[in-house]
Amino acid sequence: MNTRALHVVGAVGAGLGLAQMVAALAGAPLAGYTTTGLALFLVPLIVGGCLRAVAPYWGTTPGIKNDGVQQSAAQARGWPAWLLGVAITAFYCAVYWAPQHLVGLINLVSPLYTAFTGKAAELATADEVRMAGWDPRQWFLYGLLYTVAVIVMGARMAMRYRHSRYQLARTASVCFFQLTFGFLVPQILQAFQQPEFYFTYFWPLKKEYLFPNDLRWLIEKGTLGVFMAYWGVLMALVAVPVLTYFYGKRWYCSWVCGCGGLAETAGDPWRHLSSKSLASWRFERWSIHGVLVLITLTTGLVWANSAAQGQVLGHASSTATHWYGFLVGAVLSGVVGVGFYPLLGTRVWCRFFCPQAAILGLLQRFFSRFRITTNGGQCISCGNCSTYCEMGIDVRAYAQRGANIVRASCVGCGVCAAVCPRGVLRLENGATSGDRFPLSDKPLQALMEALRK
Amino acid sequence: MHVVILGNGIAGVTCALGVRRRLPKARISLVSGESDAFFSRTALMYVFMGHMRLRDTEPYERRVWDEQRIERVRGWVGAVDVGNARLEFTDGRTLPWDKLVLATGAQPNRFGWPGQDLPGVQGLYSVQDLEALEASSRGLKRAVVVGGGLIGVELAEMLHSRSVDVTILAREPRYWSNALPGREADLVGRVIERAGVQVRYGMELQAIEAGANGRAAEVVTRAGDRLACGLVGLTAGVSPNVSALSNGAVPTRRGVLVNSRLETRVEHVYACGDCAEITEDNAESGRVEQLWYTGRAQGEIVAANLAGEGRTYARGVWFNSAKFFDLEWHTYGEVDPASVVRAGERHLWWSDPSGRHALRIVERDGAVVGMNSLGWRQRQDVWTRWIEAGAPADAVLADLGRAGFEPEFSRRFERAVRADGQWLGAGDAT
Repeated sequence: MNTRALHVVGAVGAGLGLAQMVAALAGAPLAGYTTTGLALFLVPLIVGGCLRAVAPYWGTTPGIKNDGVQQSAAQARGWPAWLLGVAITAFYCAVYWAPQHLVGLINLVSPLYTAFTGKAAELATADEVRMAGWDPRQWFLYGLLYTVAVIVMGARMAMRYRHSRYQLARTASVCFFQLTFGFLVPQILQAFQQPEFYFTYFWPLKKEYLFPNDLRWLIEKGTLGVFMAYWGVLMALVAVPVLTYFYGKRWYCSWVCGCGGLAETAGDPWRHLSSKSLASWRFERWSIHGVLVLITLTTGLVWANSAAQGQVLGHASSTATHWYGFLVGAVLSGVVGVGFYPLLGTRVWCRFFCPQAAILGLLQRFFSRFRITTNGGQCISCGNCSTYCEMGIDVRAYAQRGANIVRASCVGCGVCAAVCPRGVLRLENGATSGDRFPLSDKPLQALMEALRK
Repeated sequence: MHVVILGNGIAGVTCALGVRRRLPKARISLVSGESDAFFSRTALMYVFMGHMRLRDTEPYERRVWDEQRIERVRGWVGAVDVGNARLEFTDGRTLPWDKLVLATGAQPNRFGWPGQDLPGVQGLYSVQDLEALEASSRGLKRAVVVGGGLIGVELAEMLHSRSVDVTILAREPRYWSNALPGREADLVGRVIERAGVQVRYGMELQAIEAGANGRAAEVVTRAGDRLACGLVGLTAGVSPNVSALSNGAVPTRRGVLVNSRLETRVEHVYACGDCAEITEDNAESGRVEQLWYTGRAQGEIVAANLAGEGRTYARGVWFNSAKFFDLEWHTYGEVDPASVVRAGERHLWWSDPSGRHALRIVERDGAVVGMNSLGWRQRQDVWTRWIEAGAPADAVLADLGRAGFEPEFSRRFERAVRADGQWLGAGDAT
């Protein structure tokens, strides 16, 4: 198929889908709030979006495709970037605090919600949603749009990096985990009267999964609930350190996590905007570990309160949980974390605020085999690696002096190695005795000695 | 002690940082007419193509210069006044030194072609060249690049990224055949043509003719062909930049003459990088090495010798790398670019049917002395060890997997090399 035709068909399709979205928001979608109306939204959006996303790379030879990135207004903080940033931010504000503005879309996706969850749903009005303060379908809508963004932009990412099997595997992985465990599984579980459970999120990213009341509630739900409770605890306390020891933070952040999935796909056009300044790095260290301290204290409070059966601390723990949810869960992870993609780069949430990333990062920095190695003296200091590092790591500073890169923030996306024009960087997690920390090939012994100290 | 370094490219900057590390009290001045801050010259192409901003190509944050107390002096130097031990700037300023390091780089070769100084004719070396190219390429439809080498293919890729129709004039019968043996040269040539750039082999430039607007409009070859174009890129190699030394106070030939400690013939004056010509005994032709890596290594040697360490420059097992459009090239050790295999040598050649991956291993008298790889990243330390130890090719082949530096999940080619690799003996075409 020729590139021009792909462009046109893709743009028209995506445009029709978006037009149906706008029409739904305005209360008058084509074919009404029916299955047909929904199909008129989703099918052109997904199919057209995918075609439009791959069109620029169709027919080109496989390789790095960053021509014109710095001159593109949409990718270099021009007006389209600001417009998009405002639109995404507005959407997040509506989802979190004013779902009545989304009532048209909520009604539009309602048939799919019913199909997945088995829950019947009436058409809602803006007034009803405003009075209730929420609608059970608003988070379904959010999950649906999120998944569509990951899939469509995942097609783009795969097309751009199709010469790299690492990038293809990783992109397929984040799309798979978002579609299944990040979206379909939790919805379908509800159809079987089971808890809406996300197997790919653990404490502290999903803080409730280590909260006493939530664990108790899960366990009371029966066998599957008990499994879920154990799953959450084991993943947070055992799997995270073990997997991170062997593979680094990347096994989660750029292969499994939904936030990472969105950043690696939808966020790819803006990865170069992350700040590489020393000031950002200083802020990052305080902010990300600050959030980790906050959630640890909050969790401690919740357990203390539970143990004292609310006698000692009164409402302190629920107040803390509420404010943590508002500040970290809504403002930092959603509004700032995604809304500012086109202006501040893709990993704002992951880099500055995510408490899961903080834990994985500490493990990676001090107790993991993972590192990026440098190929002798081949670095020409060109700066592609640092420029395209979404975590704002100055990769070049290490590469040009032939040093390995061992940084808490590195999510192992591998783009630095891909864009390097001299084949200097490689992600590795083989045994590295002596190279990383004493006894790095004998983790248990290293741990015992560390504990003894 | 006041160390003045003329030139803030990789050689000069490596030297400045090396001096600071060794001599905390020295005063260091880093002089440049080209730019305020050190940038990666090899990355200029990525600025033009829009992968990076010029600022992104600066290998050190600007705070480093203050932190390391390296005074940056902006200005063009007209002459080096050895008698008074001072630099004379074209604007009349002077700067005295106790020790002078010449790291003035190089400039694109111009072999006296008629029309070589017309507007619209340029090389690609400096920031100023990049700015000129940016200005010339607005609305540009066709360009001719003179010189089938590394900078030629880079310039072609840059222009091609802006949809300019590019033709490369190569004097040799194959692409970059003064560095690449036959099969590699053919493979690289095919990659360039597949990308949509035409290469005309065996063509030499006769003259560049101006159009009605006084800008370059047509290239005439020795064979009499005429190629219309709006831009002519001169990429037939570079020569040491010795323009500030025309008074003869510091002896030069092709470049600034230095011994293996990188001292010039004048006391307290050193040279390193693209501008230096290394010859111990004034032999006919000294070595001029104009790579990023050699500039860095030489800058480090000068810094050591300024601190009295008395080190000599020895470049060790040779290495280099480049990228031809999407095809990466690594080379380690000695690979003779001759068109036939020399006596005493045998070469193993393997290439993937796609033409995107290839490997050559050169064995001389039973020991591996060099390799070329295309589209297949190879570890420098492993190859360096093999070459230093004189490992036989069979042992290297058996252990080839250890040298791979491709990303995880990449296709493995070791088995294919062992099964399908072809041995070339003395006298065979390379």
